Amino acid sequence: MPIKEDHNRFRDIIKGKVKEEFKKYVTQGEMIGKRENDFVKIPLPSIDIPNFRYGPKQQGGVGQGQGQPGDGVGEEGEGGQGQAGNNDGEHLLEVELSMDELAEILGEKLELPRIVPKGNKNIDTMKTKYSGLAPVGPEGLRHFKSSYKRALKRYISSGTYDSSDPVIIPIRRDFQYRTFKRIVQPQTKAVVIYMMDVSGSMGDEQKEIVRLESFWINTWLKKHYKGLETRFIIHDAAAKEVDEDTFFRTSESGGTLISSAYRLCQEIIQKDYPINEWNVYPFHFSDGDNWSGEDTRLCVKLLREFFLPNVNVFCYGQVESKYGSGQFLKDLQKDFSGDDRITLSQIEGKDKILDSIKDFLGKGK
Amino acid sequence: MANLTPELERERLKICKIAKDAGLDCFETVFELITYDQINQFAAYGGFPIRYPHWKFGMEYEHLSKSYEYGLSKIYEMVINTDPCYAYLMEGNMHMDQKLVMAHVYGHCDFFKNNVWFGKTNRKMMDQMANHATRIRRYVDRYGYEVVESFVDTCLSLENLIDRYSPYVERSIVPTKPVESDRQPGDFLLRVDRAYMRDYINPPAFVEEQKRVMSEKANKRAKFPPEPERDILKFLQQFAPLEDWQQDVLSIVRDEAYYFAPQGMTKTMNEGWASYWHSKLMTEKILSDSEIIDFADHHSGTMAMSPNGYNPYKVGIELFRDIEERWNKGQFGREWEDCDDIRERKNWDKKLGLGREKIFEIRKIYNDVTFIDEFLTEDFCVRNRLFVYKFNKRTGRYEVDTRDFKAIKAKLLFFMTNFGQPIIRVDNANFENRGELLLTHLHEGIDMQPDFMNATLKNVQKVWNRPVCLVTVMDGEPHLYRFDGKEMQQVKLGSEDASGATAG
Repeated sequence: MPIKEDHNRFRDIIKGKVKEEFKKYVTQGEMIGKRENDFVKIPLPSIDIPNFRYGPKQQGGVGQGQGQPGDGVGEEGEGGQGQAGNNDGEHLLEVELSMDELAEILGEKLELPRIVPKGNKNIDTMKTKYSGLAPVGPEGLRHFKSSYKRALKRYISSGTYDSSDPVIIPIRRDFQYRTFKRIVQPQTKAVVIYMMDVSGSMGDEQKEIVRLESFWINTWLKKHYKGLETRFIIHDAAAKEVDEDTFFRTSESGGTLISSAYRLCQEIIQKDYPINEWNVYPFHFSDGDNWSGEDTRLCVKLLREFFLPNVNVFCYGQVESKYGSGQFLKDLQKDFSGDDRITLSQIEGKDKILDSIKDFLGKGK
Repeated sequence: MANLTPELERERLKICKIAKDAGLDCFETVFELITYDQINQFAAYGGFPIRYPHWKFGMEYEHLSKSYEYGLSKIYEMVINTDPCYAYLMEGNMHMDQKLVMAHVYGHCDFFKNNVWFGKTNRKMMDQMANHATRIRRYVDRYGYEVVESFVDTCLSLENLIDRYSPYVERSIVPTKPVESDRQPGDFLLRVDRAYMRDYINPPAFVEEQKRVMSEKANKRAKFPPEPERDILKFLQQFAPLEDWQQDVLSIVRDEAYYFAPQGMTKTMNEGWASYWHSKLMTEKILSDSEIIDFADHHSGTMAMSPNGYNPYKVGIELFRDIEERWNKGQFGREWEDCDDIRERKNWDKKLGLGREKIFEIRKIYNDVTFIDEFLTEDFCVRNRLFVYKFNKRTGRYEVDTRDFKAIKAKLLFFMTNFGQPIIRVDNANFENRGELLLTHLHEGIDMQPDFMNATLKNVQKVWNRPVCLVTVMDGEPHLYRFDGKEMQQVKLGSEDASGATAG
């Protein structure tokens, strides 16, 4: 249909607009609020073709019904069902983008490479797919519509079809059966484990940054791994696993032992995600303030001995906070400089979220 | 083309005959049965199967498909004003709905054929639209998609700057391009061979006189067009420095705007007329007993009028019924107008039976403005509980303003004149003697939406290629907006200090 061409063009324009203003959308977080399953709704006010028209507020109009002067009549709208005429509707455009499209825009904007799943972690699954028709097969797979069509064709071509009595009786050679093929599909499985420091020094603003950043990371990873799993860990001096909602809301106070989170994360991986089947992405966000040098040494040990050999990439994001010392990042830099199995990123504020995402995902791992 | 099922074809023949017997006079009408996706496409294209490529159709299509898929709205009927008339039925609608749509369509079709405001319409518009599409596609191939698209965007932004009444006016004077004067300032002086003779051959008084005449002439030349022009699209097409293809694109957009204009000018009448007839024919002739409830449900849904929205179907059908009754009973003329006795008026029935004849006459020669102006009565407004609503700045919502008859009528007429859009005309194409285009908005109490106004003015400038000015009223003060291609200036008029504030 020719409309598809115009429709695609329209979608391209929308995507272009979103891309132009991408930074705004990334940092505002309003998109996340309007998420519905696989779609996000994005308000785009300025796409309409402008023309000379009256402003709405002075206008008013003629309505019908009860009511005294001064009674409200509700929001401006159109009455009745009517048909779509040629009058242009005055809707503020709220466009829907699929998460896939969003990930594409993110990828184009940041020039992210495609993720190459770690080798040998693919499992093959068998699937049956109905692919065609054959004149023989089990009765259970008989294809009624095409059997009927063949019978009808036979009737018409032999001249025995009577439109006033259109009864069709199929014979053996009219019957058609569905055939299937077995296809082997490689399946990749991936899990993202988010860890966040919720100690007293992490304020609301820091958490908002983590929330936005993890939304975008999820979006990108989901594009590459169907059925991406996510797990959430919060920690102060002790770590615990929580659901997504709690992850972003909880505010604790107290000290920080980062190793507690790494330990829990290790347990989860060992228990639920056999390394040879899963692509594992641990993300840790903190303000970089660890309790003691000893604990940091423990973390480094865990990273070196368990995480780095086993996960796709270990990501550490340090959110700037006015209370944190930011020491942890420096320690990691010292120990792992040049190791591309670990990605370190410093996020100074909302504006830097995009750069940080680029740090994390820019390696295509 | 027609692909109706045998049952629907039987109904079509039956309904066509019933409509004809009732006095409707239609073009041949071709019904097509199409899927919801096709109907959404056609609706996005304004009813036509082919339009030039443009994303706005894609936007409309997305909007329609989404609201259909979410079950918010559904298009029952669509009819194109051409000869033969094409109408679409949606596959999978109830049988009763299909009959209702057919009856409704015959009403529209009769209106298209007989109403005088459609007299100038190109009845082969289907071909014309396809032709436009081909032309624009050719330009796309030649000049590139983005270039053409961006120019189409610009033209569409000016789409409503046409003179809706101009097709019905025969004009005799064809304006011509302004001729640049090639005469030099000294030309009017007589030739002087010897310097000492100069003051005798061209005495100072003579020189002054000639200067005055010249400047008068120049002023006259500066005033172009001689009369204000409301068909701004035509004006730009003729006088703006456009390339051939751009001129053609502009003429395409203008042609299509003129094609759709009469439908806007007769919306209330057209829908009212079609609804009047579907209701009459369905209930009297077409429906079977078992279908009455479904019909009533559908009909009342279409006729529903909310407190905050004008429904042309409802007002149209009620007015036609009211007129028929009044002319049947003789409730018109001097005697009726002068009668103040409520009881007498209530029982007024001269048994004239002129109703049917009158509504057929009305559908022939009226448009929405004259229709409302002449036939909307105070009784009618009271009976239908009409009111005017407006936005209350204090409470921040729309509220009932008044039930005064004059106010209701004025409001309705206001929205029907120029289809509820601001009236703007070209006053001067050589404003300030600098080749700037001066547009004037005939302000009638409502300001234009500022952001759209600025954006549109920029589009006018793109076409005119010289600075453009617009005089309008904003917040109670006359203002002049000027865009020179770089920045937008806003000058308050009527005050001495015209230095002006600069705005983005």
